[in-house]
Amino acid sequence: MNYLALSAWEIAEKIKNKEISSVEVTKLSLERAKSMNETINGYITICEDEALKKAAEVDAKIAAGEKLSPLAGVPYAMKDNICTKNILTTCASKMLYNFKPPYDAFVTKKLDQADCVLIGKTNMDEFAMGASNETSYYGPVRNPRNTDCVPGGSSGGSAAVVAADMAYFAIGSDTGGSVRQPASFCGVTGLKPTYGMVSRFGLVAFASSLDQIGPITKDAKDAALVMNIISAHDSMDSTSLDISRPDYTAKLNNDIKGLKIALPKEYFAAASADVLEKTKEALSYLEKNGATVEEISLPVADYSLAAYYIISSAEASSNLARYDGVKYGYRAEKFDDITDMYRKTRGEGFGKEVKRRIMIGTYALSSGYYDAYYKKAQQVRGLLKKNYDEVFEKFDVIASPVYSTTAFKLGEKLSDPVEMYANDLCTVSANIAGIPAISVPCGEGSDNMPIGLQLMGKPFSEDLLLNIANIIEKGGRN
Amino acid sequence: MRYEPVIGIEVHAELSTETKIYCGCKNKFGGEINSHCCPVCTGMPGSLPVLNGKVVDYAIKAGLAMDCDITRSSKQDRKNYFYPDLPKAYQISQFDLPLCVNGGIDIVVDGQKKRIGVTRIHIEEDAGKSIHDAVEGKTLLDYNRCGVPLIEIVSEPDMRSSADAREYLDTLKAILEYIGVSDCKMQEGSLRCDVNVSLRPEGQKEFGVRTEMKNVNTFSGAIKGIEYEIKRQTEILENGGIIEQETRRWDDASGTSLPLRSKEEAHDYRYFPEPDLMPIVISEEHIKEIGDTIPELPHVKKQRYIESLGLPEYDAGQLTQTKIIADFFENVMSYGVEAKPASNWIMGDVWGMMNERYLTMETLPFTAEMLAKMIKRIADGTISNTAAKQVLEAMFENAKDPDLIIDELGLKQVNDEGAIIAIIDEVLAANPQSVEDFKNGKQQVVGFLVGQVMRASKGKANPQTVNQLIKDALLKL
Repeated sequence: MNYLALSAWEIAEKIKNKEISSVEVTKLSLERAKSMNETINGYITICEDEALKKAAEVDAKIAAGEKLSPLAGVPYAMKDNICTKNILTTCASKMLYNFKPPYDAFVTKKLDQADCVLIGKTNMDEFAMGASNETSYYGPVRNPRNTDCVPGGSSGGSAAVVAADMAYFAIGSDTGGSVRQPASFCGVTGLKPTYGMVSRFGLVAFASSLDQIGPITKDAKDAALVMNIISAHDSMDSTSLDISRPDYTAKLNNDIKGLKIALPKEYFAAASADVLEKTKEALSYLEKNGATVEEISLPVADYSLAAYYIISSAEASSNLARYDGVKYGYRAEKFDDITDMYRKTRGEGFGKEVKRRIMIGTYALSSGYYDAYYKKAQQVRGLLKKNYDEVFEKFDVIASPVYSTTAFKLGEKLSDPVEMYANDLCTVSANIAGIPAISVPCGEGSDNMPIGLQLMGKPFSEDLLLNIANIIEKGGRN
Repeated sequence: MRYEPVIGIEVHAELSTETKIYCGCKNKFGGEINSHCCPVCTGMPGSLPVLNGKVVDYAIKAGLAMDCDITRSSKQDRKNYFYPDLPKAYQISQFDLPLCVNGGIDIVVDGQKKRIGVTRIHIEEDAGKSIHDAVEGKTLLDYNRCGVPLIEIVSEPDMRSSADAREYLDTLKAILEYIGVSDCKMQEGSLRCDVNVSLRPEGQKEFGVRTEMKNVNTFSGAIKGIEYEIKRQTEILENGGIIEQETRRWDDASGTSLPLRSKEEAHDYRYFPEPDLMPIVISEEHIKEIGDTIPELPHVKKQRYIESLGLPEYDAGQLTQTKIIADFFENVMSYGVEAKPASNWIMGDVWGMMNERYLTMETLPFTAEMLAKMIKRIADGTISNTAAKQVLEAMFENAKDPDLIIDELGLKQVNDEGAIIAIIDEVLAANPQSVEDFKNGKQQVVGFLVGQVMRASKGKANPQTVNQLIKDALLKL
């Protein structure tokens, strides 16, 4: 039995039934993680001792007859921009090369309380800025489906380790597509919740009004189970919604008769032939199951990309200002005075892409430019939200590709950052509008590389998105 | 050419809430370095702010007490700059939508009433402290003060002299202290001010170029700084020069101000709305609730003491300088003591003995009720004024009830006329020469004879009664 290839919920059941212990499963995962990491480089840190200790605790609880949560004893991976107490949290940056937070993120606590077993911190684009996991201080991550290709980003490590069975599920963060796009490139499922559903406390901030933590899993059911653990109100996050959450697994097997799906043509305009073919196939399958599909136009979509890059860079320039070498992290060795220390520390500690975004963001906020850039971008944001609200009055769900192509080769897109940015068109809108979005595998291209279909829903409709994803998985998956 | 000074002042006051503005750390002065901090107020990666509602309430209270309009929906903004004592490299403040606007404070200078406008009051977090001289060649950082809640009170440039400024600051401090939102201890840094000074030719409408002066740590420093700046700018203008718009640093030791930074070096703070916090929405009810908790304010109280209680302006000013003093005074009166004797005793012997013993109003060992009792025992003739001072001393020593003290020390006055007459007769009999002198017109011997009676009675005879009766007795002889 290839235990490592099972879903999280499948292995959890076997652990509960004592067919296999959590310690044994954890050992298998750790072995696989260590042996494959040389190639995949999905992990920055593997915490073997902590994991085995936790797994032993879970086994003891099971032996004592305690009733445990549905994912108890299951090994998982956490993106390295989410704080784990006393465990290195680097954000894949030289700036935080030695940072061990004295506190857990909210989601870390929740997963620990649910008795999941953290086996490592995953590689990512530095400070979550990127779409290919090539900007990491710790080297790029490789796509398990083809190690010459990128896994996507910024949660490239999280997607890769799930796709390579180096963990049963992973937690990522999504600011403009960073959970969905790597999920799409690696052939796994990735969900970005409605803004405010999952606490950002302990998530190292990139763009405060766009960031959300989400699960990257082998199937929709796993994603639903993880959401049941991490989606909760947190009084330490002022943007955390104080509303009740459903059991995210409840609607998984609902039928979708009468589901109205909108297809904004702007999102399909740049898609490759392969991507078009597979996404359309998935949509046909949904039609066969009773859904209706209609093409619409979302003209504001074209502005969402510019709005995204202005807003996210502006907020990032402020959020990353605290990395100054004064209190923690990297500090330059030689400097003349405080200003020189700041310059050298930040010059040496940050990678190129991070510096690029900080400069763009600082410019967009600066005196004389604020109105033309940041303020304007926020106004566009309001318009986009309004547009989406209007669409959702007539439709239940918006569908699109996740990305215009399958995973590209390492190094292929590094020379033109703006072109790289332009490909985020399909994913950024969900962050701008704060709505939930899921990426579900819907086939492979002629290069045998995975393709994902994106579904976006009204606020708080994660369970519906998971439902649709579940149907696609059951029916159309290659 | 005569120049008119135009002065505006920005006051930062630390609010006396239990906890800090965005986290649960204790809001306390002092304490071991870096002991009142947490990941939130030290801006560690992944930390997020959560607004302390009490801070908003205190700010609203200050706004209402200074006659401001309260903004029903306001927001917080990030003010971005790099400095080692600012852990997030931005301060959460309020930029263009402050909590309170368009208010004012009434002051009285040289008998003239004047209104100084308050442009705005907003909330923000304090930064940490840089310690420059503890270790050679290094600066140490203490983050205890990070996240301490502040209100910034900005005045209109309505002041025209250092006297105006003095009155404004004293009144503002008294208001904040009265409503209980700040302990206003300048020596602990809970009240700081920046002073803006410009000059314009008398009669001109437009303002001149202004300079901003920082690092003013005392009110007297503010006054000296203003006067220095007026003099400095006058000299420049009279010599045909122009004033540079700049920020200067007041150096109390040398009594001068020094340039800190020029307009070109001014920071671009790149303000933008704080995305981690929700808008502050305030209901009418809530404003009313807070308004209902505002006590009679110091300048109103002072006027009432003058007009209704008939106290002189000086006394009224002294008794209203802090709420604890005013409350004590009113408390004493509430037990049946008249305003004049209450104020005399408090401002005189109570404060005198209090200062001798290095005590404060907060640490007075006796209650207002006890003081009232003591004063009433004088009024009802039980003890003399002199004896009362002894009683007060004893109250400071051991906080006993005045009646107990009077008994223990045997201070009861002898009021019985019969007993006094008996002593008078003895004294007159023993001092025939004095009686002769009196008959011959020497009025001053009365004093000597009264003294003798007091001595014979061991100080217990009621001196007023003795005076009265001795005159009667002498006239009969």
